[in-house]
Parts: sequence; C-alpha cells; structure tokens
Amino acid sequence: MNSPDQGEVTPGPPATIKAVPVRHPGRWAGAVVITVLAAMLLHALIFNPAFEWNVVGTYLFDSSILRGLGVTLELTALSMVMGVLGGIILAVMRLSPNPLLSATAWFYIWVFRGTPVLVQLVFWNFLGALWPKLSLGIPFGPSFWSESTNSLIPVFTAALLGLGLNEAAYMAEIVRGGIQSVDEGQGEAAHALGMSRFQTMRRIVLPQAMRVIIPPTGNETISMLKTTSLVSVIALEELFRAGQNIYSRNFQTIPLLITVSLWYLFLTSVLTIGQYYIERYYGRGTTRTLPPTPLARLRGLFAGKPVPSGRSDVVPGLEGGGHV
Amino acid sequence: MTDLAKPRTSGEPMVKAEGVRKSYGLVEVLKGIDLEVEQGEVFCLIGPSGSGKSTFLRCINHLEKINGGLLSVDGELVGYAMRGGKLHELRDREVALKRRDIGMVFQRFNLFPHMTALENVIEAPVQVKKESRAAAKERAMALLERVGLADKAGNYPTQLSGGQQQRVAIARALAMKPKLMLFDEPTSALDPELVGDVLDVMRGLAEEGMTMIVVTHEMGFAREVGDALVFMDGGVVVESGHPRDVLTDPQHERTRAFLSKVL
Repeated sequence: MNSPDQGEVTPGPPATIKAVPVRHPGRWAGAVVITVLAAMLLHALIFNPAFEWNVVGTYLFDSSILRGLGVTLELTALSMVMGVLGGIILAVMRLSPNPLLSATAWFYIWVFRGTPVLVQLVFWNFLGALWPKLSLGIPFGPSFWSESTNSLIPVFTAALLGLGLNEAAYMAEIVRGGIQSVDEGQGEAAHALGMSRFQTMRRIVLPQAMRVIIPPTGNETISMLKTTSLVSVIALEELFRAGQNIYSRNFQTIPLLITVSLWYLFLTSVLTIGQYYIERYYGRGTTRTLPPTPLARLRGLFAGKPVPSGRSDVVPGLEGGGHV
Repeated sequence: MTDLAKPRTSGEPMVKAEGVRKSYGLVEVLKGIDLEVEQGEVFCLIGPSGSGKSTFLRCINHLEKINGGLLSVDGELVGYAMRGGKLHELRDREVALKRRDIGMVFQRFNLFPHMTALENVIEAPVQVKKESRAAAKERAMALLERVGLADKAGNYPTQLSGGQQQRVAIARALAMKPKLMLFDEPTSALDPELVGDVLDVMRGLAEEGMTMIVVTHEMGFAREVGDALVFMDGGVVVESGHPRDVLTDPQHERTRAFLSKVL
C-alpha cells in the first residue's frame, strides 16, 4: 500500500567526501601521558617482589579456591533467583489495589532495605538463639512437627536467606520502577481485550518492563557476586573465605587477595557480557533494527567491510556498546 | 471476506445510557448523558476536546467507572449487576468477561510493542478465549489480509507506519469477535495521507453491519457512514440526529460554532 521505494534511487555506494579531517593533537598528548603512567604501574606490579606472582599462580587453581569459587557461584545464582522472584512478587503486591497486600510489601521492603545485609546474615545464622526449635502446628495450639533451628538452617541456608531476602527488597523497587515505566495504554488495551489483571501483568506489562528491569538487575547480580564475600563472617567457605583460610596458614596475604580478586574480576567480566546479550533480547521491538553485536562488528572489521550500523543517524563507532 | 460471525444479541439497544455521570475528584466530566445506540448502527460522537466524548466511550467498556446513572450494553449493565433490586459491583473477572465482546481501538494504537503484528492479533484469542494457536493464527491471518496487511504479519509495531499500526489494532479487536466496536479518535494521531486506509477498513466493517461507536473529528466519515450522530460539549449531549441533518443544518448555537471551526 505504502511502498517506501517509489522514487528512483541510483544504485551503488554514495560518493565519498574528500576533506581534511579534524586533527586532535590533545589526544596524542593524552595518549603519551597515559602510556607512561600505565608503564609505571605495570613496572610496579611486576617488579615489586611483595606481590609474589608465583604464589598467585600456585593458588589460582588450588582445589580449595576452586571449591570456594563453586560455593560463591551457587550462592550468587540462588540468591539472585530468590531476589528476582521475590522482587517481582513484592512489586506486584506493592502496586496491588488490595491495601493489605501493598502494606505487607511496603513493610517487608522497609525492614529488609533498612537494615545492613551483614547484620541480616549474622541474624539468620543465630536464629537458633532466638527460637531453638521451629515447629508446625495450630497457631497458639498444639504442634505436629518440630525441628531444631540449627539443623533446619545450616550455614549455607542462613547465607542464602540473608542474601536472597535482602536482595528481594531491592529488586522489588527495581521491578516496581520497571512496571511503572510501561505506558498506561498498554494495560488499557489488554483490559479492553478482556485480559485479567494477572494475564495483563504476565503477558503485556512485565515483558515490557523487563527492558527497564534488566540493566539494574545485571548490576545487582554483579554486586551480589561480590557481596557473597560477606558470608565469610558466618564461616561459610566461599571464594574469599577459602583465600583467607590459606593465608591464615601461610601468611601470603597479598598474593592470595590478588588470586581471589582475579577470580572476582573474571566472573564479573563474564556476567557483563551475558548482561549485554540479555538486554539485546529484551530490546527487540523497541528499535527498528538492533545494532550489530561487538563480535559481529569485530568480524566485519577483519573482513574489511563496514558493518551496517542499523541506525543511519549515528556516527559509526559511537553507537555505544550497551545501548539497545 | 472474513467471517465475523455475529454473536447472538438481545432485542435491546446495543448501548443504552440514562443520566450517566462521571467525575474526577470535584470535576464533573459527564453531566448526565442519555442516549441509545441501536444494533448495527454506526454512531458518531463529535465535540470539542474536553467535552467528555472519549470519557463516555471508555465508560462503555468500564475502563472508567461511572459515578451515576445507568449504562448498559446489549441489555446488561456495565460494571454492575442488579440483584434483588440492588446494584452490586462486579468482580474484575466478571468485568473482563464482558469486555471480550466489546472491541476497542485507541487513538495511540496501543499495540503491544514486544509482539509482532500476528502475535498482537492472536494474543487475546489464545490467552482469554483459550483458542488453539493454530486456529487463532489462521483467523488472524485472514483478519490481517482483510485490513490489507497480510505481508506485515511478522513485523513489530515500530516497523509499521501509524496507519498500518492502527489497522493491526483493528484486526486485534476483531479477533475477539466483538458485537460492538468502540473507536476512540482512531485517525487523530495519523498523518493525513494515512487516514484514508484506516477509514476504508472502518467503512467495510460498517457495511457488514458491525455496531460501531466512533469518537471522531472526521466529519466526512460521519456524514457518509454514520447512521446517528451526537454533538457533545461540556459533558452534556447538545444535539443529536442523523449526521446529514446535524452537520448541514445544526439547530443549536454551540453546534454551529463548533462545526464552523472544523468543517
């Protein structure tokens, strides 16, 4: 009906403009300064014997470090799952017209965001001091089943509760912001089609809110990866604690801190890449054409062909990697 | 032509409003609206912005709650039920059930941007009516064909022009086999050269006997296609009648003033 290419268009690439490009002497001066500084830093890192790089190499793939790494990953994944699911439920409760639900969610967020996560971790670990036994039964009546708190909540569970429940409070606010960013007309259109509140939320609003929710969730995940090191205070042997255990025996504190830091850096880098692709996925439908991935751009560079930027009004190379 | 199997309807007027009132806080937007829309009629609502015509339209499928009067669609009250001589508010689920039969087309299209045109059209039949995906898809393709967009089925809304988006929105509403279609200024957000395509689709619907209530500024459409027309201003119905009569020979001073500005 409205074919876009009605007019005559000459085939082939457009003529290249020949002009003297703008010179950037400041950039060259800056590059020299940065290079010198980088060389100084590198020199200090390599030639200061206190770094003990050979010790770092020895312990990088040490079995107890790797075991700690596993625990860190497990704890990060599980507490983020708890945080995201809990956050979605809390956010929907908070926005519910039911005053009981929204007040409950408000109270939860108030408590869990208002106290330090370190305190919460220790609290869950010492829950047994508060209630030695947990039981199921009729409120204020007889109980059918009971179990000692300490065996019901081992250290790993305490760590998970501390991190996950705290994260849910933060995620709730992120999800709420995402939900509120979705145009009101979307909900109206869904309601007008006879969709229920739940269907509208699940099928229409949340998928669109995801675009807003994902980037901060990526940050939360990266932050969580590092926050898991706090559980070393309740003696759960995750990555940091594993390093501590080793340097408390051999006093190689700095090399082991570096070993641990290298792992944290590696993991956060992997997560950053994952975040980029998830953002791309949820960005579909928001722009006419998605910009090429960095990999595709790199491949194009080596093939010697310019990669179509997808957006003709953007200066090539300045599209911004994370922008979808 | 697509099968728009009309659901069985009662002998009552499709929409009946008696003294409908609506206010936001202290501001009364509708000050007692009385009107009747017959089955199969194309009913046009015109009036200056802020006259309450869009609000009234949104009351018909309970997107807005009325504060007074009675409003019924096909013989059944909107948003309430009369039991034992008392009005009872309906539950969300019951409201949703009634909305299935009322299609709505918005000024800003409101297509779901994370879904392709086809997915937009099959969403409600699959989710709400639990139709099989295959059956819904087949009918959706027929509907897209009908609005002239079969080749755009796989496109996301951002890849479509405004006119195309609005036609997908019409197909989406028709997919629920409504007995009544509400149009809220369906062409107001469109570039002038795209208005015609949307109006053509609406004209086709009218010819098939669909009951339509159209809030519009397209006086040409109202005159050619409309069976009845109401001019609203300040939350009241100022004048009503056959579009040809009202548009060519308005009786009321306010109608004349408005028409002299838009015609």
